[in-house]
Amino acid sequence: MTEVFEKIMLYLQYPFVRYALIVGVLIALCSSLLGVTLVLKRFSYIGDGLSHVAFGAMAIAAVLNLTNDMPLILVITISCAVLLLRTGQNTKIKGDAAIAMLSVGALAIGYLLMNLFSTSSNLTGDVCSTLFGSTSILTLTQTEVWLCALLSCIVVAVFVLFYNKIFAVTFDESFAVASGTNAAAYNLLIAVITAIIIVLAMNLVGSLLISALVIFPALSSMRVFRSFRSVTLCSVMLSVFCALVGILISILAGTPVGSTIVAADIAAFGAFFGIGIIRKGVGT
Amino acid sequence: MAQLTCQNLSLGYDGKVILQDLSFSIDEGSYLCVVGENGSGKTTLMKTILGLQPPICGKILTDGGLGRNEIGYLPQQTEVQKDFPASVKEIVLSGCQGRCGLRPFYNKQEKRLAVQSMEKMGISDLDKRCYRELSGGQQQRVLLARALCATRKMMLLDEPCSGLDPKVSAELYRMIEELNRKDDITIIMISHDIAAAVQYASHILHIGETVFFGTTKEYLRSETGRGFMDAERGDNA
Repeated sequence: MTEVFEKIMLYLQYPFVRYALIVGVLIALCSSLLGVTLVLKRFSYIGDGLSHVAFGAMAIAAVLNLTNDMPLILVITISCAVLLLRTGQNTKIKGDAAIAMLSVGALAIGYLLMNLFSTSSNLTGDVCSTLFGSTSILTLTQTEVWLCALLSCIVVAVFVLFYNKIFAVTFDESFAVASGTNAAAYNLLIAVITAIIIVLAMNLVGSLLISALVIFPALSSMRVFRSFRSVTLCSVMLSVFCALVGILISILAGTPVGSTIVAADIAAFGAFFGIGIIRKGVGT
Repeated sequence: MAQLTCQNLSLGYDGKVILQDLSFSIDEGSYLCVVGENGSGKTTLMKTILGLQPPICGKILTDGGLGRNEIGYLPQQTEVQKDFPASVKEIVLSGCQGRCGLRPFYNKQEKRLAVQSMEKMGISDLDKRCYRELSGGQQQRVLLARALCATRKMMLLDEPCSGLDPKVSAELYRMIEELNRKDDITIIMISHDIAAAVQYASHILHIGETVFFGTTKEYLRSETGRGFMDAERGDNA
């Protein structure tokens, strides 16, 4: 045990390991905050769809040879999120179909663009790392860490300030509108924050595994807790814990960061599922 | 002047008109039941009154200090709510949302209002329970308490008793009647239960192929009313 501890301490002396831990925790925190709302609004898959859009945007940025691709990716992803969440209810193409279309479409176009115009010699490696985020979290620069911290602060602040309104809109949109809440504006807000979180999270787990960060903590805590506040708090703590454990294990065992975190989330879901069943058995 | 007046209202969605030239008005403290066949536009009428969708033409006027956000609403249950992890208290409190404006948190007064509403609906002991674990009747009382937080004047109920057994329905009707009598809250209710409608309501609005608006007594004497009552009895027999 002391051996493991010493090894961790050794690694923590490297700044890139510290950056990875900080960013990992921040992203886990943000994604799980909104996860509860997204799962309850039946938008579990939006994380997946938007992350593929972000992948497509990243490909476009690569083709255009942009050095700082973050703004472009953010703009494209946010506009897609707004489109998806706004037209979710009353369109000819239903919400899930729209997400599916956008998701595979962006993935295909992104890969196509990268293939046609890429100058890199290791194309498969590039694509793999954007999809699974294999190493990018360990190569973060200080600016990226600051940017990530800033955006996370904004996300948390917005969520706390609008917590009651997000609850009202999620639980019963027609009632909220009838009693004078501007539900459309809050849906827009949720869409924009979701997009920001997804772009941030691409660094951590890559675009294929983002859904896991969004939905697993929320679903786990919904098994056990019974009020909106406790579900949200629990999913945040669980998500941060799993991200920490995942990153540490991946450093010690040399496994890919993203999939290790997701594996930790899955294990936690299993445990909570079990606790939920036991509690139900005791309760009745 | 009447508390709520609808003038030459035409309703519908996607450009399709389903109800034309509807005019009626109700006074403070009335108990109006909206009846009619499925698809006649009852829920659309309610959504239009609430401002959830615009009328195709015509006007809705309110008076007697009835503000835009002062109508309580009890919608039909949605799919989302069935497995929603929220405590009773959180849901009732969310009825105060309209009072908050841009203020992010609830103040003491609003929290007290939520507690009072729960007391009135007899659900104070359930405040920490999870909404999805309650029975159908209890869930409706939670939503009524929430609507009470939003209004002191008028409440719109969309089939509050659908899916409830007769005993629980009777209990709920009694509570709604009490809100109407004691607290002087105007009730507008969509109902399929015509027997209960004529028992409790002071006015009836029948929409469909023929439109009728008047007091319950007039309705029972009218052609429309008798025809509809007979048809319903035939269904139940």
